[in-house]
Amino acid sequence: MLYTNLNHIETADQHATIINENENVMVCCGRMGPMCIPVYGIMEELEEEYGHVKFFDMEFDNPEAHVIRNLPEVRGFMGIPFTIYYKNGKVVKATSSIQSRDQVTSILNEQFGVPVKA
Amino acid sequence: MESKNHYDTIVIGGGPAGLTAGIYLSRARVRTLILSEGTVGGQMVLTHEIANYPGVESINGYMLGNIMKKQAQKFGCDIKSNIGIDDLQLSEELKRVTLSNGTTYTADAIILTPGGRSRTLGVTGESAYKGKGISYCATCDGDFFTDKEIVVVGGGNSALEEAVSLTKYASKVTIVHQFDHFQAFEHAIEEAKAHPKIQFRMTSKVSAFYGGENLEAVDITNVNTNETERFKTDGVFIFIGYVPNTEFLKGKLDLNQRGEMVVNAEMETPIPGVYGAGDAIAKRYRQVTTAVGDATVAALAASDYIHKLKSKKKSLLVN
Ligand SMILES: Cc1cc2nc3c(=O)[nH]c(=O)nc-3n(C[C@H](O)[C@H](O)[C@H](O)COP(=O)(O)OP(=O)(O)OC[C@H]3O[C@@H](n4cnc5c(N)ncnc54)[C@H](O)[C@@H]3O)c2cc1C
Repeated sequence: MLYTNLNHIETADQHATIINENENVMVCCGRMGPMCIPVYGIMEELEEEYGHVKFFDMEFDNPEAHVIRNLPEVRGFMGIPFTIYYKNGKVVKATSSIQSRDQVTSILNEQFGVPVKA
Repeated sequence: MESKNHYDTIVIGGGPAGLTAGIYLSRARVRTLILSEGTVGGQMVLTHEIANYPGVESINGYMLGNIMKKQAQKFGCDIKSNIGIDDLQLSEELKRVTLSNGTTYTADAIILTPGGRSRTLGVTGESAYKGKGISYCATCDGDFFTDKEIVVVGGGNSALEEAVSLTKYASKVTIVHQFDHFQAFEHAIEEAKAHPKIQFRMTSKVSAFYGGENLEAVDITNVNTNETERFKTDGVFIFIGYVPNTEFLKGKLDLNQRGEMVVNAEMETPIPGVYGAGDAIAKRYRQVTTAVGDATVAALAASDYIHKLKSKKKSLLVN
């Protein structure tokens, strides 16, 4: 179980609905380990600032996470978490292993646009 | 000085040391801000199970960090994580911290608790193959290397223990170590040496990583003869110790040869109003309990310093 403060994706169907019904989605698929937790932490903090992006996690060892583990974009990945960025249901970027806040925000800005400050 | 960006104390670092300082200071009604570059919890979040924190039989490091964070916030401590610090002025009476987003905070006292991080090799190809064959965590990524041949770099307890645990997955583990002896407990050395899947390359270092989409080979250089061999491998796990996160203090505070802060028994640095605590100070044992203990002393000493500073300012106003 992932005990983060993010919304969790539990099933492949739920995953399909989320990526198809939301324009910009970031999903971090990992475990409660040292390479994954920092990425969840960064996502939790970016949720408010990036209101135009939906943030989710999914447990790597959940059999339903095949929807992420079998993506062609993650072929060759050998480090968790697998972090996937979807635009209108399509994968636009995928990263393997731990990422810094700067690496995450630069992908978000490039793929989904810089957040507009209130 | 009264402004929303002025605090009695700023704590730099949000690991167990920084959070403890935040708990003690805020509870004593000392207005406190914790600024942390990484996730709150520090290295604790890297730990699946902490079984040696007194009073708690066993807890996941992430959870312990979260509890400490909530405890500090409950007493009124402000916490900002995943921030970058661009500038730091410690030597004046009024301390100043400027973040990379341009915001400046001032404080009467500063407690430095930046902790440490895993050392990286810093050689060609290391960042390109992170997550594509190079890993720093056996429990996270070990299963990607089932029936594969891998290399473990390092010669301390972590390297030897993780090499043994990786034999659950890998068909062969080659330990590459720069010296001719290990710096680990005898039982860890014996276990690794006795393991049929483990081989050794002593007095050697990994000097480069190569591959296509994924890592395919490393260069292993003998440190005595300087001869280099291209060695085929599917993965490399690196466990070569820790470095203090004190680069940002260079030129602002005297550090020892290992880059650690040197403090006295009150956790004072040579600069008045500046304290150090946790893994980044010069000390032998680095644990959650020692970090928490150092930070308790630092917080109490800082609280006393602020009290005296405020009394001094008040008496100057009266006279
Ligand atoms: C894998 C692993 C397992 C461990 N297991 C145990 C265990 O079972 N029991 C135990 O007692 N100890 C354990 N430890 C050791 C323990 O985690 C550390 O001793 C402890 O976390 C040190 O606390 P700290 O607050 O000094 O530093 P850290 O925990 O390193 O926290 C420092 C914080 O400061 C932040 N920071 C760094 N640089 C800056 C900067 N320039 N500006 C702002 N913030 C900055 C970092 O992002 C981090 O959040 C383990 C460590 C590891 C790595």
